[in-house]
Amino acid sequence: MGGADIDRLIALLARLPGLGPRSARRAALALLRQPQTRMLPLAHAMEQAARSVRTCSSCGNLDTRDPCTICTDPARDRGLVCVVETVGDLWALERAGVHRGVYQVLGGTLSALAGTGPDDLNLAPLLARLDEGGVREVILALGATVEGAATTHWLQDRLAGFDVPVSRVGQGVPMGGALDVLDDGTLAAALTARKICS
Amino acid sequence: MEWEAPALVLSAAPYGESSAIVHLLTEEHGLFHGLSRGGSARAGRALWQPGNLVRAVWRGRLPEQLGNLSGELVHGSAARVMAAPLALAMLASVCAVADGSLPEREPHPRIFHLLTRFFALISLDPEMAGWNGMAALLRWEACLLGDLGYGLDLSACAVTGATGGLAWVSPRTGRAVSDAGAGTWRPRLLRLPPLFLDEADPGTSTDWQDGLRLTGHFLARDAFGQHHRPLPAARLRLADMIGAMAAPD
Repeated sequence: MGGADIDRLIALLARLPGLGPRSARRAALALLRQPQTRMLPLAHAMEQAARSVRTCSSCGNLDTRDPCTICTDPARDRGLVCVVETVGDLWALERAGVHRGVYQVLGGTLSALAGTGPDDLNLAPLLARLDEGGVREVILALGATVEGAATTHWLQDRLAGFDVPVSRVGQGVPMGGALDVLDDGTLAAALTARKICS
Repeated sequence: MEWEAPALVLSAAPYGESSAIVHLLTEEHGLFHGLSRGGSARAGRALWQPGNLVRAVWRGRLPEQLGNLSGELVHGSAARVMAAPLALAMLASVCAVADGSLPEREPHPRIFHLLTRFFALISLDPEMAGWNGMAALLRWEACLLGDLGYGLDLSACAVTGATGGLAWVSPRTGRAVSDAGAGTWRPRLLRLPPLFLDEADPGTSTDWQDGLRLTGHFLARDAFGQHHRPLPAARLRLADMIGAMAAPD
């Protein structure tokens, strides 16, 4: 279309999540129209990130530092550990600003289809933290799927010997959700997780 | 080609950004695969959870194509058992065993009906699922072996011909052996829990452990071994869980 370099750029962009060949062409065109102000800074930022970002050896987060910014933040409550499946889940909780403790990214859930077994989960740093002491609570924040729930139960058993309370995130009616449009499974989970309020 | 039928979801693997390749079990069409667009996206993921009973529609230009799947939830077993570890382990195990052992597009109506009844049983009262469901799960696995052509013969003792006192199964032939007929072979035989012979017997945790060992042996050797595949991890985890329950007995 516009030469091998442009075709290669479009092909690489089209591999990114959320982009297909058409949207990749639009993105490539937008970049090529302003190479100095858009394309080169982006290329520089990508190169910089590719060189400097690494996985935190303590929690599994992605950061330019190891241990990561969250793990080294003195304002964080190190006694409160939230276990999540992926870095994306960690970022979602950080975006919401609702957890002031530290994290443990498992890197997946137990899944026969994906071939993920207990040995594939990044659990060793959490066990080491529990061995060291000082952890007051472990919060299991895994997805409300069969695989997420199976992993939650497995983790509950695995952490039972540490004499640390293990909690899990609630399930039920979403914010802004009306009862008449919820599926029966969500309604059942919401009723099971009900709280006495007066 | 197009069909619409009640179907049990056995597994759903993410495909691309938001689609999923779903494995379903139907009464008429057996184990069927299909592509669900948006099946692994936020809105679609809840529908295609293993154990859910859905009203599925499969469309394909040619019968041999993967085809497109759409569906509507009829009974959400998965969400109901999520808080009960044993019920969830049972659900995951039967889905993985059915998915890995049944041949594609070959009807097995008895397996479908028993599985539908089993999911209804464990999702009705997930906390009691162990006591109500384990015997049903073991009988279902024995039935699955039978449907696949590897059935256990529990009608009479292979040695004496007696129909009473059956307590063992030969790991080689799958035939029952009575206590009297076992003789010096006893250490090599698999124990036959009474729940396989009496539909009303719910069994004990030791019976369940023995039952899982019995059906597990033949599933591993015949149903999965023929395809050079190990038993699914979910089935092994269930056996571990029941083993831990039976240990204090």
